[in-house]
Amino acid sequence: MSFIVEVKSLSYTYEDGTAALREVDFELEAGKTVALLGANGSGKTTFALHLNGILRATSGTVSVDGLEMNDRNLREIRRRVGLVFQDSDNQLFMPTVLEDVAFGPLASGASPGDAAEKAHTALAKVGMGHKAGKAPWHLSAGEKKRVAIAGILAGDPRLLVLDEPTTFLDPPGQRGLADLLDSLPQAKLLITHDVPFARRLTGEAVFFQEGRIAAKTSIAAIVQEFGW
Amino acid sequence: MRHVRIDRWSRGESYFHTLHAAAKLVAALTLLLCIATLSVRSLVCCAVYLMVLTVSVKAARLPVGRVLLSASAVLPFAVCFAIITALSGEPDRAAMLLIRGYLSSLTALLLISTTPMPDLLAGLEWLRAPRFLVQVMQFLYRYLLVLIEEAGAMRDAAESRAGSVRSLAVRQAAGAAGVLFVRSWGRAQAIHRAMMARGFEGHIPRFREFPLQRSDVAFTLVAAALTVGFRTVLA
Repeated sequence: MSFIVEVKSLSYTYEDGTAALREVDFELEAGKTVALLGANGSGKTTFALHLNGILRATSGTVSVDGLEMNDRNLREIRRRVGLVFQDSDNQLFMPTVLEDVAFGPLASGASPGDAAEKAHTALAKVGMGHKAGKAPWHLSAGEKKRVAIAGILAGDPRLLVLDEPTTFLDPPGQRGLADLLDSLPQAKLLITHDVPFARRLTGEAVFFQEGRIAAKTSIAAIVQEFGW
Repeated sequence: MRHVRIDRWSRGESYFHTLHAAAKLVAALTLLLCIATLSVRSLVCCAVYLMVLTVSVKAARLPVGRVLLSASAVLPFAVCFAIITALSGEPDRAAMLLIRGYLSSLTALLLISTTPMPDLLAGLEWLRAPRFLVQVMQFLYRYLLVLIEEAGAMRDAAESRAGSVRSLAVRQAAGAAGVLFVRSWGRAQAIHRAMMARGFEGHIPRFREFPLQRSDVAFTLVAAALTVGFRTVLA
């Protein structure tokens, strides 16, 4: 069995002394989708930020696609793990949609021509090819989310980590996003409070509680056991 | 979404809108330089510049009245210096300060109203402006709009509870400004994280080149020649 993510005894304490993660063990098989559920402040986002090396473990180890998290592997890990942030405005920082989506490939050394081609392909995949020349601030919330996902897909990642992907989206936007994510072959980690949305994409979930994984089971069981 | 008027204007389709940003930048800089070096007695030249700019606004299919009015936004700042200058016994110089301020503002407004910000930034890069400066401008413009949205939301929230933001005490307004600053700081951190997650390692790679056409060069030469010509003959 090949794991795209292997986390062992991961602990993380913020500078102000808040212990956000305590001895977390987690594994994710390639191609699988798992929902991360739990209350606000339970450690879900902190956990996700470790998978891309934005935060580095206070203790414990994180491996992605067989690569141990360290300075040497950081660039490659960031290429393989696509993080989609909760607020798309934070993610879309380039002047046009095309330039924004091409940023990842360019940053990882692709030529402008290759980056543009990858960007166009990714935009077509999320149904936003016709918005390539637009400025991000001219897009609706749903369109921004799609472009943010295209920006990640352009880097051809093996794992997608989506932090509260349904925030700011109306019900049709949420349905469209679920269909889009369902069509993508990558392994996915969904950080969400939206249980119906998670159920559309997977039956499996882990439940975070006070920095620990309290349960690793089906969404239905978590809903029942934790009243979620 | 609260659309920014100038951004909407910049997406027009007039002749001015189709010109290369670098060509317009050089023409605008030439005009700004000429305006800045006008003497106190160059009123005729000022009138000609005003006429040329107004005709250009019209040719760019922009609303002349609104553009001329918007350009006066700079006047409150210029007035402060003009008053000081007038009080020091130089009323002519004070008047010229206001006129130069207004003409400069109108020139800059015409430039940004006919050039979308991404193109303007690309034009600056084409002119080999320092990339760090261009990137700072890019982020400033991108997130200024987001901050305006946030400030608007805070204003709405305040009004919904206080009746009117005018009834807010200075202390409360200062507190709101502080909250906005902290939010901006938080957003800056979030943006930095998002950039790092996508492989940012200190610089934003160049994406594309913008070739300058002969018509752009011709425009720049004619505009610069006319601007300098008026300055030389009339001032």
